Amino acid sequence: MSARAAARRIVALMRKETLQVVRDPSSIAIAFVMPLILLLLFGYGVSLDVRHLPIAIVMENVTGDTRSLFESFANSPYIRPVAMTDARRAEAALTAGQVDGIVVLRGDATRSLRGGGTAEAQVIVNGTDANTARFVGAYARGAAATWLQQDLRRRGETGDAGVVVEQRVWFNPELRSTNFLVPGVIAIVMTLIGAMLTALVVAREWERGTMEAMMVTPASMAELTLSRMAVYFVLGLGGMAVSVLMGIFLFHVPLRGSMAALLLATSLFLLGALGLGLLISTAARNQFVAGQIAIVVSYMPAFMLSGFIFDIDSMPTVVQWVTQVIPARYFVACLQTLFLAGDVWGVLLPNMAGMAGFALLFLTLTRLRTRRRLD
Amino acid sequence: MTPAEAAAAPTIVVSELTKRFRTGDRSVVALDRLAFAIAGGGITTVVGPDAAGKTTLLRLIAGLLQRDGGSIHVLGRDIAVDATSVQAEIGYMPQRFGLYEDLTVGENLALHADLRQVVGAERRQRFGELLAFTDLAPFTGRLAGQLSGGMKQKLGLACSLLARPRLLLLDEPSVGVDPLSRRQLWRIVERLTDDGMTVLWTTAYLDEAERSRHVLLLHEGRLLDQGPPADFVGRLAGRVLLAQAPPETRRRVQALAMQDAGIIDAAIRGDGVRLLLREGAAPPSAGAIQARSIEPVVSALEDEFVARLAPARRTLPAAPATAAAHPADSEIIAVRDLTRRFGSFVAVDHVNFSVRRGEIFGLLGPNGAGKSTIFRMLCGLLAPSSGAARVAGIDLGRSAAAARARIGYMAQKFSLYGNLTVRQNLAFFARAYGLDRRRRDRRVDWVLDEFDLRAEAESACNDLPLGFKQRLSLGSALMHEPAILFLDEPTSGVDPLTRRAFWLRIAALAEGGVTVLVTSHFMEEAEYCDRLAIIDRGRLAAVATPAALKASVATAALPRPSLEDAFIALIGAGNQAAAA
Amino acid sequence: MWARIAALVHKELLAVWRDRRSRLVLIVPPIIQLALFAYAATYNVDRVRYAIWDEDRGQLAREFAARFEGSQAFHREATVGSAAAARDLLDRQRVAMVLHIGQTFTADIKAARPAPVQVLLDGRRSNTAQAVLGYVNAIADGFNAELAAASGRTQRATLVQRAWFNPVLESQWFILPGLVATLTLIAAVLVTCLSVARERELGTFDQLLVTPLRPFEILLGKALPALLIGLIEASVILAAAVLWFGVPFRGSLGLLYLALVLFIMAVIGIGLMISAVSQTQQQAMLGAMLALVPAVILSGFATPIANMPDVVQWLTYVNPVRYVLVILRGLFLQDLPPHLVLQQLWPLLPIASVTMAAAALMFRRLR
Repeated sequence: MSARAAARRIVALMRKETLQVVRDPSSIAIAFVMPLILLLLFGYGVSLDVRHLPIAIVMENVTGDTRSLFESFANSPYIRPVAMTDARRAEAALTAGQVDGIVVLRGDATRSLRGGGTAEAQVIVNGTDANTARFVGAYARGAAATWLQQDLRRRGETGDAGVVVEQRVWFNPELRSTNFLVPGVIAIVMTLIGAMLTALVVAREWERGTMEAMMVTPASMAELTLSRMAVYFVLGLGGMAVSVLMGIFLFHVPLRGSMAALLLATSLFLLGALGLGLLISTAARNQFVAGQIAIVVSYMPAFMLSGFIFDIDSMPTVVQWVTQVIPARYFVACLQTLFLAGDVWGVLLPNMAGMAGFALLFLTLTRLRTRRRLD
Repeated sequence: MTPAEAAAAPTIVVSELTKRFRTGDRSVVALDRLAFAIAGGGITTVVGPDAAGKTTLLRLIAGLLQRDGGSIHVLGRDIAVDATSVQAEIGYMPQRFGLYEDLTVGENLALHADLRQVVGAERRQRFGELLAFTDLAPFTGRLAGQLSGGMKQKLGLACSLLARPRLLLLDEPSVGVDPLSRRQLWRIVERLTDDGMTVLWTTAYLDEAERSRHVLLLHEGRLLDQGPPADFVGRLAGRVLLAQAPPETRRRVQALAMQDAGIIDAAIRGDGVRLLLREGAAPPSAGAIQARSIEPVVSALEDEFVARLAPARRTLPAAPATAAAHPADSEIIAVRDLTRRFGSFVAVDHVNFSVRRGEIFGLLGPNGAGKSTIFRMLCGLLAPSSGAARVAGIDLGRSAAAARARIGYMAQKFSLYGNLTVRQNLAFFARAYGLDRRRRDRRVDWVLDEFDLRAEAESACNDLPLGFKQRLSLGSALMHEPAILFLDEPTSGVDPLTRRAFWLRIAALAEGGVTVLVTSHFMEEAEYCDRLAIIDRGRLAAVATPAALKASVATAALPRPSLEDAFIALIGAGNQAAAA
Repeated sequence: MWARIAALVHKELLAVWRDRRSRLVLIVPPIIQLALFAYAATYNVDRVRYAIWDEDRGQLAREFAARFEGSQAFHREATVGSAAAARDLLDRQRVAMVLHIGQTFTADIKAARPAPVQVLLDGRRSNTAQAVLGYVNAIADGFNAELAAASGRTQRATLVQRAWFNPVLESQWFILPGLVATLTLIAAVLVTCLSVARERELGTFDQLLVTPLRPFEILLGKALPALLIGLIEASVILAAAVLWFGVPFRGSLGLLYLALVLFIMAVIGIGLMISAVSQTQQQAMLGAMLALVPAVILSGFATPIANMPDVVQWLTYVNPVRYVLVILRGLFLQDLPPHLVLQQLWPLLPIASVTMAAAALMFRRLR
């Protein structure tokens, strides 16, 4: 009898929660519009793929050699060479940010080329943007190496001697940064909506005094929490579906893992994120404060410390320890593997265990903190 | 247990109940060793000023707070031990009714029915009863958020009644509800008690307390007194007098009476001024206070309240000199065909009236009638859709920051900067009104002294009690010696004492030539006004003096109607006309 | 009029300072963000875990492998002997790279044939993979040059790389000047977007509107404190970048502050617009989020604008952060000459004018 009464209460509460979601545009907006906007922004706005880097090629004397060097730069998909004759003008262009790098072939360089000696070419990069500078250097070296090989071959020498690096990039052969960023973005978005949804909703109940009315009914706090979690869990899965579909069809990220594994990982993460939101709202009891805390404790660390864009292995050791307590870190790892590699349980299991641990922790804390009392 | 026994056994027994709250490092005693017992059946009211501990008491009884000492037994069980089983038998309506505003009336009811296991045939029967009972049947499909205050209140009540509770706890159910809805609520609750239910009700209205079976008088967490209201009546025999005076001179009589050290309180009532004497003080002569006659009247609960809580020392407001130099009786506010639409909704519909200099003019009406909208247009906070409102000869909607320098405005809720100190707030508004340094210093000093705020000058406003905040609001509205003062529900939520002190000041200002425009739904406040405009659904229902309004609804059955009667009659007539 | 505005500015600053929460919002997040970004946000890749799979085991192969051992950039995690083991390590992300030296490596080199070396990379972390590839190529180039020198063959050309302005290509030097802009942006928008919304929610805005203050004066009264707060915030981060993190500042401080003033005015206009249209603080917060996220993402702060699709690149032209970032980085690291600063500075003027004018318009409609 009492079990049936409890079931009836849970169903009633879930219906109430659902009706509220349906009628309140803000939760729909958080669950569906926010991932849409954020994915579009990050998907298009954040890219580490350089293309058509403008590089000035300064040739003080134009000869056949320098022309063929220019050609080999032009053939690189990453470089857009700009021919210049005056090194000073090129340097000004570098300072002004019009070009990202300069390759200088001095007048004597061509002479020594003709004479059979070694010519020295200079690559100058603008170090202001250190990351781009690294790419410019690498691509310029690559283009120059290609030219050298061709040149040797033209002269009938066996130019290919020595170490030749063959790259095999697994999971993402063209090294598209979108493939690596989109799964990360999805994790960030889910962190935000998971925590925001419940944080705002429960704080609203406190603010409007409905929590007080619920507390004098026979519904227990566990029933209230359970019914709320269930509804927002479904809503969160909806947001996830939107994100995954956008990832596959708009950003053309392959999904190599199984649906079951994706669902499992998402569920574990959502439980933790919703639990965190609940915990925040029981502490704050005010929508404004709850919203702010949700952003500060979930979004910012997820963005910085999850390995979504910045490599965790390269962070200082202390910061690496800190990343261990960021639940999004585990989700980012799961999603990157699920999207690009497949069901690699060696990666998935430890990360899922991490997420499950956090879900358990947050839900237990919430359980301990919520009492059927106002003080 | 027979029904008779059940009714006789005390429903609530409270002894030595203590509750403390911690805010920061400070511990505040909210309830201090309360002890009382409430018998089964009937309505018990918990009366007290703001922050007396009424809500805390109710929440403790409902098992929503943990006590720090003493015991509470509800329906024979200790609430701390057995909260869930006790809660199953009580109905509780929190202050803002605890409704889900994005659920419909029907869905709110269904939720509570499911939670309380009201199912099957009983559920259908109960819904029918309650919907009929509360007149909500036509609105079951409407969202709770779109109901009027009175309807929300009835829905909240219906939800708490679903499981036929034996004890009903209502937390300030009549706050923010107009007199019409207030009367309906009383009628409903009285019918419930006829069936044997016990009701505990908190309120700041003393007239509600007078109608209940038992009164608990709470002040600063202590139980000052308790008993049936009749016990309080006549206790102060000989100390309560009515000084008869015509409406034009009532304020003068009141002001003169307040000069008398033997008089604790003088309040304007329908036909004169009601005086409360200090114990052992001799009554003043009619001539001394310029009254027509003075006669003793039976003391009421309110007199008891005032006598117990009135401060020993009283600061008398001095009438300030106003900067305005207007010929007497000149029209200072003129409202012509004032109309305001929000989309297709007409909030204010062709309203006309005028106010003379030095007049206290009241705007009365139920919630949502449009009085605040009129008010905001007069202050220049909202532009009219059509028509004109001229204040001191200037159209405020359209022009001139200079015109705003002539008006003072006190908003409904406290709206000064809460984290600034009293002095910082005053200094800011003085500067915002362009007062030069010397005048600024003078006026800040004046407000601090006049409104008794000097001791708190360096405290942040948020930490002040409500009465202080209200004085500060008035003080800062008067900073620049305005010719016209706008007061939007100035005393809602304030206890009777503070309310009286406030009105004394307002009366003194009016004597000094300041024009006062005030909105209210306190009928007692309306008595202070020279003239009243009754607003109903955006239209002007009547404009007249309080006396004339009362006279207009007098009938053989009700030869001396109160202002509330007049209000209900006028609004009720409008309702019938609208329904027809 | 100025006395009234001064009163408003004074009140505004007092209100911000006396409120524990807004004080917290202004002080704590910037410090956390500064620390996080400066220490965690690095594109530098070092101690990359890799495994070696040497099937040759000859002298030259060992020499080649030793270069990886000696490099700061790499950390050998494992030695494997089969493709399956290599695959497993990569799959489980134990290593980011496997260096595979084929059986004929030594023989090929000795015979002056191309000696292929396979680099297996984890494409899930494409940025790391990209950087790793660069390091591997550099090591191979060096190795080849030495081989050539030893065998008496001269290469016809050598490439010498130099990085101007940031010789060791330190990521922090790139991130920190950017932080001056983004953290100032966040502070200025948060202060302004909440200012009106909060007053409206608390009812104090009505109280302001019934005073003789004109909308324009209220606007200035709200904008000036935010400008002051923004400048203070910017100065603190500037000082931290130079004194604590040791980023060189080579340009003109005068130009920098000129740019900051214009930039902060532009974003204050945005904050005030959000504030004027929101009814509650919560809406204002949401509005601020909606403005701040794209403003940071589409600014070139984290990733270059040149990498974005063209349409998105056009969008960045209305983003004030874009211009001030170029100015900041230029003035910090490369002493950008005044005419180049002006080139980036002038677009801030129309942007600031438009946002402030729009905010002023919305303020007039508030009553």
